[in-house]
Amino acid sequence: MTLHSPSRAEAPAWQDVSAAHQPVQYGRIAAWAVVLLFLANFLWICAINANFRWPVIREFFFHPDIMRGLGFSLILTVVGMVLGTVLGLLLAVARLSNDGLAKSAAGAFIWFFRGTPLLVQLIFWFNLSTLFPHISLAIPFGPALISWETNALITPMTAAILGLALNEAAYMAEIIRGGLLSVDRGQNETASAFGMTRGRALWRIIIPQAMRSIVPPTGNELISMVKATSLVSVIAMSDLLYAAQSIYNRTFEVVPLLLVAVFWYLIITTVLNIGQGFIERYYAKSDRRLTTPQTEADL
Amino acid sequence: MSQTPLVQALNVHKAFDQLEVLKGISLDVAPGEVVVILGPSGSGKSTFLRCINNLEDIQQGAVLVDGEQMGYRHAGQKLLKLKPDAAARQRRRIGMVFQQFNLYPHMTVLENIIEAPVGIHREPRAAAVAHARELLKRIGLAEKENSYPRQLSGGQQQRVAIARALAIRPKLMLFDEPTSALDPELVGEVLATMRDLATQGLTMIVVTHEIGFAKEAADRVVFMDGGHIIEEGPPGELLVAPKHPRTQAFLARFI
Repeated sequence: MTLHSPSRAEAPAWQDVSAAHQPVQYGRIAAWAVVLLFLANFLWICAINANFRWPVIREFFFHPDIMRGLGFSLILTVVGMVLGTVLGLLLAVARLSNDGLAKSAAGAFIWFFRGTPLLVQLIFWFNLSTLFPHISLAIPFGPALISWETNALITPMTAAILGLALNEAAYMAEIIRGGLLSVDRGQNETASAFGMTRGRALWRIIIPQAMRSIVPPTGNELISMVKATSLVSVIAMSDLLYAAQSIYNRTFEVVPLLLVAVFWYLIITTVLNIGQGFIERYYAKSDRRLTTPQTEADL
Repeated sequence: MSQTPLVQALNVHKAFDQLEVLKGISLDVAPGEVVVILGPSGSGKSTFLRCINNLEDIQQGAVLVDGEQMGYRHAGQKLLKLKPDAAARQRRRIGMVFQQFNLYPHMTVLENIIEAPVGIHREPRAAAVAHARELLKRIGLAEKENSYPRQLSGGQQQRVAIARALAIRPKLMLFDEPTSALDPELVGEVLATMRDLATQGLTMIVVTHEIGFAKEAADRVVFMDGGHIIEEGPPGELLVAPKHPRTQAFLARFI
């Protein structure tokens, strides 16, 4: 057999794909045109519909009560989410530990708080004093060390935070547990082989890698949380929805004020969506290839 | 051997549930010695390596590294199992290189190398970085310090993993089939790095399928099969004129 040098044959110009064009996609253009037409028409019908009371919406959009309610909703979202995530992380680690007590305690917590409606939990916390008029720090079956009036501790705000954070913790625990399990087992083993303590391995090696699968569902939870804060209106916590309700209870402009609340919820969740995109890109940074390849190995 | 051994495995038995993988392994490794463990898949050689640094617990026998019993402590007459964090502490000066490299994918090459020196050995960061750069230069990857593992070829990743293990100034290096996951054309660069280490007096225990490496770099070759050490000796004898028929059969496949 003889050896040949590599062939240098060129594709003729009419076959060379570098000169190819995309075919014009008439169907797709038509679909866009039809959808945009219907959308524009729908928006127009809404805009000229006097029943929407657009001037009322404009009047109350930045109303001080609405602004205060919006502030409370945001605070509840942030505090509930932060506490829920921290507690959720502890629960997730407890569930994954080899310690039987920690494992079953975390399992029981998650079972209870995922198994009952958030609305009911909020009402329970708010009415805690009917079950336990006093809360005391005491030796089991022994004397109390410090005691408080439950009604002094449980305000609408603390009941709302307790309800939202504890419920969120149960869900975050499962999300974080899934994230921790998604990390290659070899990573834990490597950290251990290098003499890392389990805490350090978790913090430096496992959690940063787990974040990739924790962030998207957490963004989902955060957006759910924004809307879940509206449930606290039932325990007279003056959140965004409660503020809108108390205005329309006076003015009877029910739909316009609900729309004010709806638009604000949409604005918050839109901002959160954008933020989530940035965070996801940050945790994907080790996936990115170099922009300028340095050697053939990079190609 | 006149010196006190750095590693002493005394009648090590290991079972996964009912399956006995190591059936009484005894092996001494002297300081500065390079021991290559050969054997067919499933012979228990990787498991034995992982028992040396206590990544796997053993059911019978004892493993001593530098005179310290791995995974246990003596309290008077009693032998107590160490808690996980105390057991991890015993491994701090034992470097390990894995078949799948196991670099930390979220850290750059440099961060991978300085993680243990800074975080566990409390070396000043600047000193650790300088040491890391020196190691990278030695393995020929000086310009890769800011790359992420995924941006490197398998051979480059494994060389970084070796540098990461050397960064802790190990008294013992364990290699668990370091070239088995590599494309054939990338095996050479990793073996060259390891040969380089072998000549520098580092104590190494290498589990591998690379007979060529055993021939050139090993002080002693150990042949394992079925959870037993079948035969051991200098490479010039064991690889050239094996006595046991199972060793002969195993080596015949490589000629």
